[in-house]
Amino acid sequence: MLRIREYRRVESLEEAYELNQKKTNRIIGGGLWMKIGDRNLMTAIDLSGLGLDQISETEDEFVIGCMATLRDLEVHPGLNAYTDGAVKQSVCHIVGVQFRNCATVGGSIYGRFGFSDVLTLFAALDCYVELYKGGNVPIQEFIHMNYDNDILVAVHIVKTPVKITYLSQRNTATDFPVIAVAVSEYNEKLHVSIGARPVRAETLTLDLSEKADMEHLVKKVQEQFSFGSNRRGSADYRRHIAGVLVKRACAANEQQEDRK
Amino acid sequence: MKIHLWLNGKEISDEISPDMPLLEYVRTKGCYSVKRGCETSNCGLCTVWMNKKPVLSCSVLAARADGKEIVTLEGVQERAAEFGTYLANQGGEQCGFCNPGFIMNVLAMEDELNNPTEEEIKAYLSGNLCRCSGYESQLRAIKNYLNRNRDIE
Repeated sequence: MLRIREYRRVESLEEAYELNQKKTNRIIGGGLWMKIGDRNLMTAIDLSGLGLDQISETEDEFVIGCMATLRDLEVHPGLNAYTDGAVKQSVCHIVGVQFRNCATVGGSIYGRFGFSDVLTLFAALDCYVELYKGGNVPIQEFIHMNYDNDILVAVHIVKTPVKITYLSQRNTATDFPVIAVAVSEYNEKLHVSIGARPVRAETLTLDLSEKADMEHLVKKVQEQFSFGSNRRGSADYRRHIAGVLVKRACAANEQQEDRK
Repeated sequence: MKIHLWLNGKEISDEISPDMPLLEYVRTKGCYSVKRGCETSNCGLCTVWMNKKPVLSCSVLAARADGKEIVTLEGVQERAAEFGTYLANQGGEQCGFCNPGFIMNVLAMEDELNNPTEEEIKAYLSGNLCRCSGYESQLRAIKNYLNRNRDIE
């Protein structure tokens, strides 16, 4: 159960930052994960009055405000054209439309959850997070950072030409993924991101030439990532499925190339 | 804390507890169609509209409704009754417990998607669980409902 003593809809990021320095205060994104646990908050900090719920597009990048919802990602035409639908693919299995209208990008990325589809996708893109005090941090670096009291203001996706495919395996539709895979090609490198292992997503960057021997690539991926077991699947099962999905994603990326 | 919102078109100012879920709040206002189902944000039973978008009222704090327009089944009775007829004709209502949330999401889909395919209907409604119907009768009802004006033509 979530118990909140005071609810503050802040008027500036500075106000939110100051409040967030106290351990018993927390920023609430969508609040979906937070409400499942048993928590006592002195002050719940709400950023929804700061206009951070927009996705904007410039010539060089997409800027996704931390309060934009997963549904906003799913239906954004520019993002989906840029990623050939991978953004939609990464969120469309998350519970239902109503859930995705509540869950925020900031909450999903800041949380760095082990089950996160969104983090897995973003980890395979040329992307960085904008922290209020910490500045811009590449997503791969942010994934390894400890939780602190900074504020994730936005996620920026740089419009580097990319081919990307997102795939996941689920025991039942709308459940957490058993394994999530995003494979991309940009800056003449192959980027393999695997999440739900069941720990948070990480990225392996390889030379594009590694695609030439797919069996070798799969073996490398299976060796370099750690896989664990939980109720949804064993480590061995995850390792095997990850290999299959990496292979399929590489093949799908080739088709993207053909189409273009 | 104080909130100010529009519930089914009616302007309300109220004093609430900061951790009160929207679901509990709307029920205190007599919107008993909104029910608590799974309590894990999975079943869609508690669906209401917030600024015209379907959300899970069990998972949204009432504080978040401040300044917003909330609509429950009570606010769309005429449309709900019309769709309910299609649901009943196909035997899709069964025990009826999931109906309020399901109907709210069907109507939201009707407003958001233009002429959705079967796949799009299934995807949009994947967050509404029904343990009785097996979804086939509901799907037939939705298709008939969405095609109702076409039938007349």
